[in-house]
Amino acid sequence: MGKLWRKLTLLFGRGRFRSELDEEMSFHRAQMEAELVADGVSRDEARYAAKRRFGNATRLQEQSHEAVGFRFETVVQDLRFALRQLRHSPGFAITAVLILALGMGVSVAIFGFVDAALLEPMPYSSPNRLLDVAENAAAFPRSDLSRADYDDWKRQNTTLSALDVYAGTGFLLRLGSTIEPVPAARVSDGFFSTLGVKPMLGRGFLPGEDQPGKPKIAILSYGTWLARFSGRRDVIGQSVSMNGESYTIVGVLPRSFEFAPRRDSEIWVPLLDKNGCEQRRSCHNLYGIGRLRDGVGIDAARADLKRIAKQLEAQYPGSNRGQGAAVQPLSELIVGDVRPILLTLLSGAALLFLIACVNVASLLLVRSESRRREIAVRGALGATPARLIRQFVTEGILLAAAGCAAGLAIGEWLMRLLSHLLPKVMLIRLPFLGDVSMNAHVMLFAVAIVLFASALLAFTPVIRLSGVDIQEALGEGGRTSAGRFWQRLGANLVVVEIAIAVVLLAGAGLLGKSLYKLLHVESGFDTTHLATLNVMAPDANYSTNVKLIALYREINRRLMALPGVQSVGLTNALPLQCNCDTDWIRIEGKPFHGEHNEVNEREVSPDYFATLKAKLVRGRVFTEQDDLSHPQVIVINQALAKKYFPGEDPIGKRIGNGDLAPDTMRQIVGVIRDVREGGLDQDVWPSEYEAIYRTTDNGFSIAVRTTTDEKAMIPSIVNTLHGIDPNMGVYGELTMQQQIDSTEAALLHRLAAWLVGGFAFMALVLGVVGLYGVVAYSVSRRTREIGVRMALGAQRSAVYSLVLRQAGWLTVTGLVFGVACSIGASELMRKLLFGVEAWDMPTLAAVVFVLGCASMAASFLPARRAASVNPTDALRAE
Amino acid sequence: MAGKPDLLPGTLDMLILKTLTRAAMHGYGIALSIKRLSDDVLTVEEGSLYPALQRLLVQGWVKGEWKTTETGRRARYYTLTAAGRKQLHLELSQFEQMITAIGRVLRDPQEA
Repeated sequence: MGKLWRKLTLLFGRGRFRSELDEEMSFHRAQMEAELVADGVSRDEARYAAKRRFGNATRLQEQSHEAVGFRFETVVQDLRFALRQLRHSPGFAITAVLILALGMGVSVAIFGFVDAALLEPMPYSSPNRLLDVAENAAAFPRSDLSRADYDDWKRQNTTLSALDVYAGTGFLLRLGSTIEPVPAARVSDGFFSTLGVKPMLGRGFLPGEDQPGKPKIAILSYGTWLARFSGRRDVIGQSVSMNGESYTIVGVLPRSFEFAPRRDSEIWVPLLDKNGCEQRRSCHNLYGIGRLRDGVGIDAARADLKRIAKQLEAQYPGSNRGQGAAVQPLSELIVGDVRPILLTLLSGAALLFLIACVNVASLLLVRSESRRREIAVRGALGATPARLIRQFVTEGILLAAAGCAAGLAIGEWLMRLLSHLLPKVMLIRLPFLGDVSMNAHVMLFAVAIVLFASALLAFTPVIRLSGVDIQEALGEGGRTSAGRFWQRLGANLVVVEIAIAVVLLAGAGLLGKSLYKLLHVESGFDTTHLATLNVMAPDANYSTNVKLIALYREINRRLMALPGVQSVGLTNALPLQCNCDTDWIRIEGKPFHGEHNEVNEREVSPDYFATLKAKLVRGRVFTEQDDLSHPQVIVINQALAKKYFPGEDPIGKRIGNGDLAPDTMRQIVGVIRDVREGGLDQDVWPSEYEAIYRTTDNGFSIAVRTTTDEKAMIPSIVNTLHGIDPNMGVYGELTMQQQIDSTEAALLHRLAAWLVGGFAFMALVLGVVGLYGVVAYSVSRRTREIGVRMALGAQRSAVYSLVLRQAGWLTVTGLVFGVACSIGASELMRKLLFGVEAWDMPTLAAVVFVLGCASMAASFLPARRAASVNPTDALRAE
Repeated sequence: MAGKPDLLPGTLDMLILKTLTRAAMHGYGIALSIKRLSDDVLTVEEGSLYPALQRLLVQGWVKGEWKTTETGRRARYYTLTAAGRKQLHLELSQFEQMITAIGRVLRDPQEA
């Protein structure tokens, strides 16, 4: 202990240690001098002799210090020296740190998102025991449960400790004098306890409270409680009016609660009474969440539910034919779609980071080359190879650390920027992306990549350095063997950079092309000048078909009166949303074995097709007379005609439900060209269109075709609707173009394309700069050789080709490797591609062309410099 | 310094410690004393003396004190500490063992 203490006092009293030692030594010299003088040597000579005998005082001091000091003191020295070195070449230092910071920042930011989406557990208790439970059918790999099936599944299963369901809904919430539509969810009684979520205020739903006839109660989401109920704690027990009915608030969810499949839900209510759909076993409107019993695996649960589904199929062949069970981890449902995108982005970021590191490493190589003399001098002055290597390692680590510190800052900034840039629609679906932050995982990741960068940067020059022969370096400037060695290493690094740039560029190209294809997919209607919105009419005022028809007509009349409105169409679901709200049809007079012929079912107004500018192929569209008092007629799309009436004229044919009950029979009166009802990346399904004048559904959507800017029209449309009935809820006002841009497929593709595009651009710049560096350096090393060649009569063109050939080889090698790798890489991100093959030739050709041109430009500059070398100058310079 | 035998490795510390048993001395004095006592055979080089002294200081085997010499200059006088004395005994016995061992090896085989 005493030893450590003495060492520490020495460390902190370094100045004193030094001056004392100095004094001691000069005393020693003086004594020696005195002794020599006494022996009869002259004073001056005595001083010299003493000095000579004493040797290098500084070195002696250092040795004394080493004997007593700490090892890390020399590290501090190395660090100081490294700092001084970097200060001497600020251009190099800043470039290197910036490149590293960029690579690191991007990686850290993307990792933050990956962490938030894929690694951070869902905010439930033991989330990995939670399942997404659904039915499936031929057309739907994952379809909703029917309430009757749910009851049976819940009762009969032996593998789940809990099975609960949820369904989206909406309410017209009256608060004071205002009425607003709010998204909501209906859930079974155990929904929150199955997730393991406890309300922060009040209570959850009690067992049995979801049964028909039970009192109407509601639980608020935290945000709604704050925003609409000003966070008052006395809301518990209060009643609110929703859809004209009184609900009692029993609880408020905690702030941390989120349930991505129904994230926008503001109010949660128990299932209660069975709605029209829920009274039929064939109508599916619920999704399930299950919790695995202890010791039960997901496969067992799936087999269990499939068994029950089979039984139900036998028991209820009409409704349950072909209805199986689909079970997956709940996390799969929530992040399954974004996982490939995030992993692609992470790989892109990793590649970018790699290219950044390689770039800086080759910069370091260039520097180590130009510092050969310095190294040789230090070596000659007695620095051991170990100490020299340590110096380079220190410099490498210092660079890596500086770059990474800056990178962390950039990363944090990027995270915040990206979470702001993320479209709101996306955040609703993927709420966890909203709270990306520098947490422990991200820091750990950052540390890991700092270590990687440090190792790479520290050891590249060391590999190079081990080839230095001090004498050779001192004697001749050493541009022979070691120079070639460096060229080889540096060149290999450039090939890596170019190959990575190809991969990123090709990825960006493919994703960009996918996005373009997606946004320009044939929609079957004119998407411009189309304003859309959704309406929820209060139940109380519009409970009958007659009242609804009056409302439809009034809306049509009032909106048509607005200047700039060309036509108005009503529907129960706008196009480009989803292949959903389906119906099982049976064609009269065709063989039928109870199969479920799944088709989209839409209800539309007479002017709907004209408003969309959907093309009528045959027959007619609906008229004002197509209401309940007339026989039911339908319009079908070409896909339906092709599938169910191949080679026939469908006009006049009749279709009905599975049992062909007379009240379900409807005659086909028209065929329209396919309008894409589902998402941009989904197939066009057979669709049937029914007359909206036969409906009793008080929620519907309006499409307005305008002659002027549709976006500017939206406020006056909303005002007009409120003018018709102030209690009418209006929500989701968007232009069709906005709808398209904000569809999930478009959002995800756009995100991927832009980010990978950004990475690719940076990679292109770094790769080309790297190539420039290598070629320029090689030219500067070969100045004399070029001078000799020119003196011996080489033409300028020969010098050009000398340099360009070298650059060309590097580029071509890099490109070939890159193309091979990028075909492999694109194969991996196939899930993200739409309408493009992984080996899309035009994209690859374009990438090769761009990179080739950029590389040639980068090597042309040094080539020109080489060609303009003045032979005499070049020869004399050495 | 060619021609003169090098100090046996590891013996410098011991010599310094032994020298200091006689009196407190400064660095120059230690070097001089070793030189004289060995009849000019052993020369302590300054290059090893001062690092060695620092090492001994840190180990706590000697203590340094600044005093004025007879010529009026300031010099650091080193004195042996109790721990230093112990260390010296240890090193001496180790050294003797070593010498005996070497002597046995070097003895002519016939005598054995």
